[in-house]
Amino acid sequence: MTVTDEPQAADAAEERPIGFGRLLRKEDPRLIRGKGNFTDDIQLPGMLHLAILRSPMAHARIVSIDKSAAEAHPKVVAVITGEDLAAQGLAWMPTLSNDVQAVLATDKVRFQHQEVAFVVAEDRYSARDALELIDVDYEYLDPVIDVRKAMDADAPLIRDDLEGKADNHIFNFQTGDAAETDAVFAKADVVVSEEIVYPRVHPAPMETCGAVADVDSISGKLTLYCTTQAPHAHRTVYALVAGLPEHKIRIVAPDIGGGFGNKVPIYPGYVCAIVASLVIGKPVKWMEDRTENLVSTGFARDYIMQTDIAATNEGKILAVRTNVLADHGAFNGTAAPVKYPAGFFGVFTGSYDLEAAHCNMEAVYTNKAPGGVAYACSFRITEAVYCVERIVDALAYELNMDSAELRMKNLIKPDQFPYETKTGWIYDSGDYEPALRKAMDMAGYEELRREQAEKRERGELMGIGVCFFTEAVGAGPRKDMDILGLGMADGCELRIHPTGKAVVRLSVKTQGQGHETTFAQIIAEETGIPPEDIDVVHGDTDNTPFGLGTYGSRSTPVSGAAAALVARKVVDKAQIIASGMLEVSVADLEWKKGSFAVKGDPTKSVTIQDIAMKAHGAGDLPEGLEGGLEAQICYNPENLTYPFGAYICVVDIDPGTGEVKVRRFIAVDDCGTQINPMIIEGQVHGGLADGVGMALMEMIAFDEDGNCLGGSLMDYLIPTALETPDWETGHTVTPSPHHPIGAKGIGESATVGSPPAVVNAVIDALKPFGIRHADMPLTPSRVWEAMQGTATPPI
Amino acid sequence: MEVSVNVNGEDVTREIEPRLLLVHFLRDHLQLTGTHWGCDTSNCGTCVVWMDEEPVKSCTVLAAMAGGHRVRTVEDLEQDGELDPVQEGFIQEHGLQCGFCTPGMLMTARALLDRNPDPTEHEIREAISGQICRCTGYSMIVRSIQWAAQHESAVSLEPSTAGSAS
Repeated sequence: MTVTDEPQAADAAEERPIGFGRLLRKEDPRLIRGKGNFTDDIQLPGMLHLAILRSPMAHARIVSIDKSAAEAHPKVVAVITGEDLAAQGLAWMPTLSNDVQAVLATDKVRFQHQEVAFVVAEDRYSARDALELIDVDYEYLDPVIDVRKAMDADAPLIRDDLEGKADNHIFNFQTGDAAETDAVFAKADVVVSEEIVYPRVHPAPMETCGAVADVDSISGKLTLYCTTQAPHAHRTVYALVAGLPEHKIRIVAPDIGGGFGNKVPIYPGYVCAIVASLVIGKPVKWMEDRTENLVSTGFARDYIMQTDIAATNEGKILAVRTNVLADHGAFNGTAAPVKYPAGFFGVFTGSYDLEAAHCNMEAVYTNKAPGGVAYACSFRITEAVYCVERIVDALAYELNMDSAELRMKNLIKPDQFPYETKTGWIYDSGDYEPALRKAMDMAGYEELRREQAEKRERGELMGIGVCFFTEAVGAGPRKDMDILGLGMADGCELRIHPTGKAVVRLSVKTQGQGHETTFAQIIAEETGIPPEDIDVVHGDTDNTPFGLGTYGSRSTPVSGAAAALVARKVVDKAQIIASGMLEVSVADLEWKKGSFAVKGDPTKSVTIQDIAMKAHGAGDLPEGLEGGLEAQICYNPENLTYPFGAYICVVDIDPGTGEVKVRRFIAVDDCGTQINPMIIEGQVHGGLADGVGMALMEMIAFDEDGNCLGGSLMDYLIPTALETPDWETGHTVTPSPHHPIGAKGIGESATVGSPPAVVNAVIDALKPFGIRHADMPLTPSRVWEAMQGTATPPI
Repeated sequence: MEVSVNVNGEDVTREIEPRLLLVHFLRDHLQLTGTHWGCDTSNCGTCVVWMDEEPVKSCTVLAAMAGGHRVRTVEDLEQDGELDPVQEGFIQEHGLQCGFCTPGMLMTARALLDRNPDPTEHEIREAISGQICRCTGYSMIVRSIQWAAQHESAVSLEPSTAGSAS
């Protein structure tokens, strides 16, 4: 069921679908025929296959590596170890957080499944066979697995490679005012505290990570076909790291089978493939298997959040504070703007009008895989929203107040926007109450509460979970935000061909979000050229302008703005050409989507297609005007955009087994102006399934020796069609005031907003047991333990 | 060893290693890259093809075991330039985003509708429950298959008009 605000028929009557509206996707015809072109589909003449040997231990010194047997394998072309790379100065690479990470371990391994050596062979099976022939002698070292012990005085030192490093500390991050917050807490009627754990999870896109490196031995040019969400950022990093001239690097991101943040970082495997192709002079393919993807590439979350909330007896929330212990794994591989080591966790004040807030965070190394920012988290907003929405529910429990009513009482009011939070974020626009009301109406909230009361009488466990979230997306203004010194702006280039067809070139890259459709719609909305006449080029650094790529829901807020503005530049030029064609002044023309007409005489008009031909054709153009009809832009966002939403989840729990069944899920999202409601709904659905997964099933766990217990899809459980309900979605529209088309971004809203809704529903169901909090994932055994009062934190 | 398989109506014979998986036979030896590979444990279902009329996970079948059988892949769904209703349904109802799980979903959907032309929502969900999609949250896949069920009897389908409004 989908509820929309306004009937779509009104749109259909006009010149829709030119521009915004429901439009079938341009991507689909190739993908439903099996004619997509994913990285592993690429087969180049003479291509070799690379496989990586990984450490069986979480922390161990490498005593020796004997690769002679592997080298003797008849189909093996090369076997490379960390020492071999070190000889070329390539054993270490920088991470996106200004740390370094081993490409192949030289001194010791620091997490289980860390990269130790690689084999290049004639086929993928032989490469795997040869891994078995490499003999590595390890000396066991005590690992740091329990993050709470990482800063103990006797904790083993993980990063002895860093000069002067004496402990496992990475950074301290503070935001808000500690003294002011403490003062507000001191005067509060009610203070509620909970330790809230957001366990380590993994984005696990259906396509694993991989690359095909192809170095042209004559020109020296590297072409890297790669599963990357940020091809331009990757190119520049390779140039800076490996010393390859940037113009001799071409990154091609072909079709990508889901990203969710997993395909932002540069992984050792990519570097290994490049090195192999450089050394051997042939194309080399590396594709992870599923285990490698789960155990070594960018994980997400892993925050322990000791959180307090202060309120009056009447339920006015006064302040929130949290002490966070962040597990970053063995290398700080977090992808976040440099000034934001904790990403945008600072929005943990949520959607509420507070008097004070403070966060203190310690980030530490452990002997686990690196990562941290991934899984559609909008730079740690998943953690922030979970933190505040969980503690607000704990407050509702303590005050014995309805959780929706408590939220309604504290939401920021429309006239307070732009709203500056106590941690310094400026929410651009919002109208929160109608969104929550709408979700409650769609859910039939009062009726659900009545049903729940009846069921409780009978001993049945039914829960209703509410979440209201505000996101901060579209990183970001270059005055504040950069990654490795690269400003987070995005370019866009638009060319109108002589016959009025167009090509738009983007710096961002779809991993399934439908950019080939939505960006054509933005250009169509602005120029009046039908979307089917607009080709969207992306994912190839040789053929697109520079920009930082697709993650943190930034494509529409940043690149979408660039697309709208580049189109306006083209239309501005078209207006000058039209004035010459119609022999009137520019001021005497008016724009009707797709044509300029003389004011007061609509019979005198020229279409954008006529103008395009004139721009490229014979005859004079207005004085001082160059021929052609094209423009380029680099868009620097003024602020982030702040999408929001109200979610309600209804669950039933089997009291005998603790099994949670998600009966209904109602999601009302506000992402500002909607470009394509069908694609928006799809984005929301996917994120909601993620939320059910994280809340109930997904966790990357470790045993005390650092063995990863979530290394396959048998152990790392992802929801199927049977664990997920038929989603009920709706929307409100509150445009962003600073975005040229008012759009805010939607890619991660549901992943951010749904886990607290599901968990709040489960805890609500367990209220008769006196349970105020339990940690994800709420598997049957964890729920059952909670009911018995024997639950322990998941880490 | 030599194996002969009828793939999408065509007899193919190849020299292979006995341990070669069917998914790699299709992808690497026959360049039928529409069938994908997504896990090591037969959980994800991106590799579903038909062996004879049965959907199978081709990462769990040795190419040698397919010898003498008929294998059908996503590339064979479109016939004479006409999309299968399940393909059209996935376009119309936005049943795909990244498109990686889609070929497997399509093959399962086709098999389901061949056996049960009018499945309930639960029957559809059960049919695809051996397959994982990370993008869609499944509702639109269910709607896509329902669309196909409703349009199976159409005499001739309009050619797909992706990129246009509906």
